Amino acid sequence: MMYDWLNNLTGSPILAMFIVSLLPLFVFILPFALFAVLMERKVSAHMQDRLGPMRTGYHGILQTIADIIKLLQKEDLVPTATDKTLFNFAPLLVFIGSYAAFAAIPFSGFFIGSKIDLGIIFIVGVTGLVVAGILMAGWASNNKYSLLGAMRSAAQIISYEIPTLLIILTIIMITGTLSLYDLSEMQTPYFWNWMILGGPAVGLQKILLIPLMIMGCLIIYTSTLAEVNRTPFDIPEAESELVSGYHTEYSGMKFAMFFLAEYANMFAVSAIVAVLFFGGYQSPFGYLGNLLGLKWLIPIEQFSWFTAKGLFFVFVQMWLRWTLPRFRVDQLMAFCWKYLIPFSFVILLLVGLITLI
Amino acid sequence: MKDYILNFWQGLFTILIGMKVTFRHLFVPAVTIQYPTVKPQMPERERNRLYVNMDDCIGCDQCARACPVNCIEIDTVKSLPEEDLGKTSNGKKKALWVTTFNIDFAKCCYCQLCVFPCPTECIYMTDVYEFSEFKRENLLYDFVTLLPEERIQKKKNFEEMQARKEIEKVAAAKKAAEEKVAAQANKPAEPKPDSKEENKQ
Amino acid sequence: MSQYSIQNTKDSKLKTEEMVLNMGPQHPSTHGVLRLELKLDGEIILDVVPHIGYLHRCFEKHAEAMTYPQVIPYTDRMDYLASMYNEFGYALAMERLMKIEVPERVEYIRVIMGEFQRIASHLVALGTYGADIGAFTPFLFCFRDRERILHLFEITCGARLLYNYIWIGGVSHDLHPDFIRLAKEFIKDFRPNLKELNELLSYNRIFIERTANVGVLPVDTAINYGVSGPNLRASGMKWDLRRDDPYSVYHKFDYEIPIGSGEKGKTGDCWDRYFIRVREMEESLKIIEQALDTIPEGDVTSAIPKRVKPPEGQIYTRVENPRGELGYFIISDGSLNPARVKVRAPSFVTMQVFPELCKGFMVADVVAILGSIDIVLGEIDR
Repeated sequence: MMYDWLNNLTGSPILAMFIVSLLPLFVFILPFALFAVLMERKVSAHMQDRLGPMRTGYHGILQTIADIIKLLQKEDLVPTATDKTLFNFAPLLVFIGSYAAFAAIPFSGFFIGSKIDLGIIFIVGVTGLVVAGILMAGWASNNKYSLLGAMRSAAQIISYEIPTLLIILTIIMITGTLSLYDLSEMQTPYFWNWMILGGPAVGLQKILLIPLMIMGCLIIYTSTLAEVNRTPFDIPEAESELVSGYHTEYSGMKFAMFFLAEYANMFAVSAIVAVLFFGGYQSPFGYLGNLLGLKWLIPIEQFSWFTAKGLFFVFVQMWLRWTLPRFRVDQLMAFCWKYLIPFSFVILLLVGLITLI
Repeated sequence: MKDYILNFWQGLFTILIGMKVTFRHLFVPAVTIQYPTVKPQMPERERNRLYVNMDDCIGCDQCARACPVNCIEIDTVKSLPEEDLGKTSNGKKKALWVTTFNIDFAKCCYCQLCVFPCPTECIYMTDVYEFSEFKRENLLYDFVTLLPEERIQKKKNFEEMQARKEIEKVAAAKKAAEEKVAAQANKPAEPKPDSKEENKQ
Repeated sequence: MSQYSIQNTKDSKLKTEEMVLNMGPQHPSTHGVLRLELKLDGEIILDVVPHIGYLHRCFEKHAEAMTYPQVIPYTDRMDYLASMYNEFGYALAMERLMKIEVPERVEYIRVIMGEFQRIASHLVALGTYGADIGAFTPFLFCFRDRERILHLFEITCGARLLYNYIWIGGVSHDLHPDFIRLAKEFIKDFRPNLKELNELLSYNRIFIERTANVGVLPVDTAINYGVSGPNLRASGMKWDLRRDDPYSVYHKFDYEIPIGSGEKGKTGDCWDRYFIRVREMEESLKIIEQALDTIPEGDVTSAIPKRVKPPEGQIYTRVENPRGELGYFIISDGSLNPARVKVRAPSFVTMQVFPELCKGFMVADVVAILGSIDIVLGEIDR
């Protein structure tokens, strides 16, 4: 494991721990956020028959850096009639809630931030902090529109956590473990062992599980889409209705924090879906390192497979954003409570029955 | 119950169709051009900034009258009889000095109504559309080719000529009055009834 | 009325207050500068008071100071998304007043330009409606198609949006030699694009959920308020001035008048109003094809009078704007300037029925309803 390797290298467990915890943040997430912003703009542009950013760097590669520099030098406005403590603290909470989830996500067989046994529950719990952050932002802005946006957002996130958890329960029932690392290890190489195709079970169980797993994957993908406030569920940030919702009053670096937290959250939920259903960091065809006999190549391959899967799901999220119109608030709630939750319960029951076979 | 399942299925299906459309568009080449480096081609009848060819302008004021927003300002001065202003390109002889021809492009609505009445076709629309200025005063274009001193000179010439004409007219009137008085004095008395009959006719 | 009853909140023991929310003049989804004062009870709307006048430019007073041909650039700027039709209405009114007979080629050109303008205007309406609802992609697809129409206009008269093309007694330029070929190519490319728009937006389940059964306009309310155009046709009434009060050469073409049928909800809801515009674009394509095939030769500027000095009198003429019935009432006192030009703008009349449509629905529906009635503030405020 990375921790052990670093411990041996540096000789001090504290230093090793520091590096292990900071590594996902600086090496992976921040560059990813930069890349994701650009990718969103380019993908949306090409879907709309246009080109997107072209002038900053070659075909606009340096666009996000230009955006960050611009946001850094903006004046940090704090309106006078707001509750200053809450106002300043809210972006931090949202940022923390999104980034802390990365501690438990397995990036490769060699590296996982923290190999806790409660993996998935930890992630769901920590992303719940985002709700508190959003409510604080909405209330502290002293703005009717922001308050409306924040309350809608809170209701949305809390409601959509339920189908997420139910599907996670389903997976836990099949595999018997909460730790994401063990879950990835169970879906050994070769894609027919992935959970979406029934998991490591064999025989009748596997065939019966496949349609339920596909439904489950769709449900969890949709409900996590709602958790990160992406279209079609982006009421809180509906530009044409509420002029940006709960982060209307923020400018400069605080706005950048909301912004980056959204993209990090997107990757986190894509990673969760990939780990739960699509094999995490396992490759579908076996490893090149095994073939060539180079043991050190395997973690690198695993990392690249993981990133590829995560990026694919992020791309699907962006694809959905630019295709679909937005739901209205009551329709959003109806969709969750009347459609997703009953289906999740039914899947839970059926999978429970199947595991008894 | 049937509605419920139908609703759900329709929802999923139409979303997938929409996604197929957007995905197909990922591979369609862009329809936009990169503007400052690549400029689109303007058609021939394009209506952009006006241009006035002062050599052909006869100062008839038709374009200023046709303008719906009164953005053209024209002042003309009659030329002295002995001056030769030259001919326009279709053979007309010019008789007026144009001392002011301002077009305010901040007011112009680019409607082309001034182009049609011009008898010599000296005002027309060009293909220049990038003429932004930082100050609004710079959009007041002055098309007259005479130097400022020359304009004042022409006006003065005209006023002097007017003044001379006035003097001549007064002198001529005085002379005519004197002649008339002289003629009256020399005229024999006429019978009144005859003159009355002539007057009646 | 909507399915949300406000009875519950009134009967309960909780003291609730009416909240006044201001959707101010600058807002991403009011189409122009329109101020809406919403009286809300939670999320449900009790009343909407629209405040207009932010775009008033004194068109009618200007018209009294201009000569008759000079008024035409001003009529362009009222409904800036359908300028050809504004000019068409005015020119038609003046020709009827002065009893001028225009050559047939001019009539055909005017019909072609008018129908292209109808397609362009509906594309803006549909694109911005999708953008208000949250689907950003159809907006760009609609504008891409509209660019081709504007290019057609540009090669004919030189301007893309405010044309000064249809004059009293004729048109200012004859058709460009490439026009017919480019127009036919456009029609060929546009039909599959319409199908794509339907797949992407019109039949999308989320869009239907947002717009069906919302803002229902019953037919008798529409007639009482004087609503006309696609809004009236969506409520089920088959009334189109091109057929019921024909002008120009519309009687020579074969086209249908689509009416709303409550396909996805009640008749006269937002989805009907939206889909009527899609079907009208198809019908306009048919008219243009027939006109391009049968256009006669002729001189387009022969009937334009040198000086427009109509006899004393007054006249009211109406044409079918993409938004409804556009009427011009002109009083002439025999001089070179009109004594009065009054414009009956269809969006102004439709705005009156807007509070009626919104009562009982939620705030998010206001945006949907406002987009579906397709108003242009330039026309309302003149």
